[in-house]
Order: sequence, then C-alpha cells, then structure tokens
Amino acid sequence: MMDLYSSQRAMRGMRKAAMQRGVIAILDVGTSKIACLVLRFDGPDHFRESDGVGSMAGQSSFRIIGAATTRSRGVRFGEIDAMQETERAIRTAVQAAQKMANVRVDHVIACFSGAEPRSYGLAGSIELHDTQVSEQDVARALASCDVPDYGAGREVLHAQPVNFALDHRTGMGDPRGQIGNKLAVDMHLLTVDSDVIQNLLYCIKRCDLELAGIASSAYASGISSLVEDEQELGAACIDMGGGTSGISIFIKKHMIYTDCVRMGGDHVTMDISKGLQVPLTTAERIKTFYGGVVATGMDDREMIEIGGDTGDWEHDRRTVSRTELIGIMRPRVEEILEEVRARLDAAGFEHLPSQQIVLTGGASQIPGLDGLAPKILGQQVRIGRPLRVQGLPQAATGAPFASAVGLCLFAANPQDEWWDFEIPSERYPARSLKRAMKWFKDNW
Amino acid sequence: MRPLSAPARDPAPSRTAYRMHRLWLTPMYRRMLRVGLPLLVVVSAVGWYLSDPDHIRGISDKAAEIRRSIQERPEFMVKLMAIDGASEEIAESIRAVLPVDFPVSSFDLDLPAMQDRIEELDAVDRADLRIRPGGILQIEVRERVPAVVWRTAQGLELLDAEGHRVSSIESHLKRMDLPLLAGEGADEMVPEALEVLATAEPVASRIRGLVRMGERRWTLVLDRDQSILLPESRPVQALEQVMALEHAQDLLARDIAVVDMRNENRPTLRMSGKAVEELRRAKGLVAGAGAE
Repeated sequence: MMDLYSSQRAMRGMRKAAMQRGVIAILDVGTSKIACLVLRFDGPDHFRESDGVGSMAGQSSFRIIGAATTRSRGVRFGEIDAMQETERAIRTAVQAAQKMANVRVDHVIACFSGAEPRSYGLAGSIELHDTQVSEQDVARALASCDVPDYGAGREVLHAQPVNFALDHRTGMGDPRGQIGNKLAVDMHLLTVDSDVIQNLLYCIKRCDLELAGIASSAYASGISSLVEDEQELGAACIDMGGGTSGISIFIKKHMIYTDCVRMGGDHVTMDISKGLQVPLTTAERIKTFYGGVVATGMDDREMIEIGGDTGDWEHDRRTVSRTELIGIMRPRVEEILEEVRARLDAAGFEHLPSQQIVLTGGASQIPGLDGLAPKILGQQVRIGRPLRVQGLPQAATGAPFASAVGLCLFAANPQDEWWDFEIPSERYPARSLKRAMKWFKDNW
Repeated sequence: MRPLSAPARDPAPSRTAYRMHRLWLTPMYRRMLRVGLPLLVVVSAVGWYLSDPDHIRGISDKAAEIRRSIQERPEFMVKLMAIDGASEEIAESIRAVLPVDFPVSSFDLDLPAMQDRIEELDAVDRADLRIRPGGILQIEVRERVPAVVWRTAQGLELLDAEGHRVSSIESHLKRMDLPLLAGEGADEMVPEALEVLATAEPVASRIRGLVRMGERRWTLVLDRDQSILLPESRPVQALEQVMALEHAQDLLARDIAVVDMRNENRPTLRMSGKAVEELRRAKGLVAGAGAE
C-alpha cells in the first residue's frame, strides 16, 4: 500500500511541477487511436480580460495548444500488446502535438481503458480525538477503511473519498473544521491489472516523458461527457471505444462505479470483415461510411461496392446492400449494449435516483444508435459529446475524444484522492525514523 | 509471432528523430543554436582575421585613407585667413604665431588652440575664430587699447586700462597723449591710477606723471617740481580735496613743493625753500633782517 501511496504522491508532485511550468501533455492510449493534446496553463486570470466572462467552471484556466492523433498500433482491448509498436505510435502522436504547440512537453497524463477495472466501495469510521475535524482526522478516517483483498498483481488506480459523514450528518464534501464525534468516510477504490500499468509506464518512459498522472478513460469520459446536473443527480457514461466499452457511474459529482466491457467498435469491424470477406481496413471504411443499426426500405436499394484486389473479376466486383451491412453490425452493437446493461444491473444502477445514460466514444457515432440504445438501456439515453474546451481543434471535438478532453479537465481540476491527504501521524514517524536510522547505519 | 519490424510506411519518427525534435524544442538549446552559434561563428571569424597584425594594419590604413579623402574634399578646404579688427603690425604677428599652410582641411585646424595662441599676444584682447563658408578662416580680433605709459627700469611700456601690457615703446614722446605712470607695481593699479588722473583733470596740463610709491600709494607729480602725496586708501577723495582747494584758492599756483595728503586728518603743505625764506622775511623772523 505504501508503495502505491508514494508513487501516486510522486505523480501528484510531478503534476504540480508541470502546472508550474505551464505545459502538460494529455495522452489517451486507446485501441483504435492514440490522441495527444498539449495544454498550456496560464492561470485563471489570463483570459478574463479578453473574454469578458468569468472562467467557465474553471476550464478556461488552460488552453489546448497542440493536438494530434494517430492510428493506434499494438493495443488490444485497451491494453498494450506490442510495446514497440505502441511506443512508436505514442511517439508519433507526441511529436506531432509538440510540433503543433511548438513547445517541448516533459510531463504527460495518460489514460487507458482496459486492464479490467474493478470497483470497490470502502467505508471507514473513527472516533474523533478532538471535537473538531482536522486534516489528521480525515487522514485517519481514510486509513481506517478496510481495504478489500483485491488480489495480487493488481494496483489501485483511483481511491477517491466520495462521501464524509459526521455523526448523523452525511453527504458532506469537506468535513474539516466541523464539530462532531464520529467521522465516517465512504471511498471508491478502483483497481486495475498492474502489468498493464507497468507496460504503459515503460512505453511512456521510453518516449522520454515523465508520467504526471494516470486515470481510467471511463472516468475521464464521464467527466467530459456528463453535464453538471447529470453528474450531480446520477448518471452512467458509456465510453464506446474501439476495443472496450468503459462504464462509469457518477453521482454527487463523484465517480462511484467503473466497469469495462471488453467489446467495442473493433469487434463490429471484425464482424464486417468476416461477414463480407473483406480486409479489416476496407471493413473499417465501409463501417464508417455506410454503417448503421436501423435498416429502412431505402437501405435495401443502396448497394455498396466492397471491392477487393485479388484480380478475380467476380470477387473484386462484389457489392452488398446497406441492409446486409446493418444486419451484420446490429447484433454486435446489441450485444455490446446488452453486456453494458448487465454490468449496470450488476452494479445496481437501477437503484439510482436518475437513470440517465450517456453514450460517448467513437462507436457511439454509429447512425441509428440513438434509436437502438433506448430499447436496451432504458428511456433516458442520449448520445454525448465532450465539453468544449478552449483551443481544441474542430476535428478533435467529437465523441471519440471524450476521454482525452476529460483528461484535460482532470488535469485542470483533479479530484482529491486518498494520497492527496496527509499520512496519518501514527504511521508516519515510525517509518521515517526507521528509515533515518537505516540511512545512518548504511552510511556510517 | 508476428515480426516486430516496422510496416512499409511508418509515420512514426525514429527514436533519434524524436529526441532531436524534442531537443530542438528545448528553449535554451534553441536560443543557443539560433543566437549563440551564429554569434560564436562571427566572433571567431573576426577574431581569427584580426589575429594577424597585417590585417589590422591594412584595415587601419584603409580607414585613414577614406578619412583623408573625405577631409580633403574641396568643401572642407580652408584657403585663406582673414583678420578683422587688427592693425597691420598685430595682423602680422598673428600670421607669425599661426604658421598655417593654406590650403588646409578644416578638420586639421584646431580652432580653440589657435584662439589661445592669438590671445596670448599682448596686444590682443579677444579673438574669435570661425571658418566661413567659402573656405575662409575668419579671425575677429579686438585689440587692447593703450591707456597709460608705464616707465620701468627696463623701459617704457604701454598698458591698457586694466593694466595689461600692450607693447613697448622707445620714447614717451611717441605717445604724449597718454599719461605716464612710474614705480614698481603701478601696472597692477592702473584703473585706480586712471581714476586719480581723471580727478586731476583741472590741472591736467600740468601733470607730469603718477608715481607708485613703495607699491603702496600714489604721488601725483606736477611740473614746477610740485607733487601731491596721496594716501593708500581713498586717494581719489584726497585728491578731490586738493582740487577743491585749488579751485577755491589756486593752491597749486602758489609756491608750494608738496601737498601731503597721506594723513587725511592732517593735510600738510610744504612750501618751496624760497617761499619759506620769503615768509620768514615777511614775518621779520630772519636774523639780520632788522639790522639791514
């Protein structure tokens, strides 16, 4: 636990250093694309004069000065599969973004979608020494949470206190300074496979970049795609990516649950490729140009040249109607949505006061999805696009960039995590004294 | 396993290219390369070139040549000297002290030094030099006007009203219009002497000269061996008293040798020998006078 604590603290320190320098890069390592955005932080008052309006919920404190995307390589299901390939892809994206920004970036905040995220709800409570809640009390309360046995080879990615309760009062955002006897805390813990993180760390290190933070892309998409009242009242964000579909549930502006379905747009492409006997690139092209999930009578007559380069005239002149294409795509999309529904049910989403579901990510752009999704996910479904942030190129404002934009917001307004609080004093001195003694022994 | 070799068209930069690009984006490195390096090249090239004394000499020669060619343009040449306000002899002496070979470039003329040299001449009170358009060195001279003749052991000298030497003369007869001064230190008190002489205007025709006694006080010498001894302080007032007496009683027309005004509380007259004798005789004081 202490290891993670220190590494996450180190990342937080790095992020602060990057903020001081004013330039930080965002890296979204996805299955189908790798996006890199370069942010410049100028402080909140930099834009006020020219804009004439106040900061937009604090998001005007930064500006995107470089953006680049590249086709992802060597990534499957949001996890790094071939490191050299991925490293090259990251390099391409970072270099292009740096070139556009005309500034060198050293610190990067990364997000990834795979690695089987698992959510745990933790609760802890302490009796206060004093009647007033101090920083130390918060730290002790967090430390008193009984950490579940999440298994070897897994690592904590997020550990966010989502709720504080003081005696009988609950739903507090910040209990410090308040009077009470018993402080209870609810915490959301997200664990992922540590191997996946290690691989990503290694790739980023190979690119001469320092990791200043790491986040789950489902969380990042939720931040950017859910509007404020949805985050407050409770909503689920489905980030339909290439290899995975991430699910994040928000309530009271905190993420309380994350899960991931290991199916996405690439599987649809694969189905088309198999069904129509075409290469993957052609299948991807056909999907993006003619894809859909609801067939109409018109689609029977719309014939698509699927081509080929075998030299066989019959084979190369094949055509397929759009209805057939939809017939291939729809079952897979339905499968994904049903799996998402199952995950949401398992998480107890139906108990939330609001059943809002927001679909985002690249695969959410399939035409007709807004008709199909309510049949499976319930009536309150909308297709979401990420928040607008300053300086983002038009090409990068669509749903595929939900997690990249969310990561920008995450960098600008980071959520307090466990490791941002003080270390409880009863642990801290013993260890540091021991370490000091060891240092003395080693050196003299 | 699939070989990990790069695909045919790999958009990814190589590790080296990526690092070079990052290095190039480093502000300090970039500044060094864009400013520092050219500066270094220029400085070292210039330094190498100047390390050879022949090159330095060549450059300085060339610079001097260019400078010379500009200075010797006809617009800058001074062809003649014009002296205004000076008499013939003084103009001659000015030409003598300024040995300038015309034509000469105006850059080579050191006007302040020339002015100093002209003003060193005793007869010159002030000189203004300028180079007039048309290449003429214009010298405006104001001469000193001799006010008195001063007789010293060395000879006769003309002094102006401030006591500055103007020139020497051989004989007082040449400048009979000027009053004569004598005595050590008379030249330092010329203004006072002139005041005294102005006061003595009523007897101007009889004045022989003014003598500075012991560098202290004046004695006005008249003809018929008369002299008026003036005090150290306020000689003019003392002389005014004498002049008043002269005006009222024709004092100086009488047979008086000396009017001694040195002590202002006790003006004293000394009569000539004959007058004393006559006085005594008139008073019947002379022994034997009654016996006669």
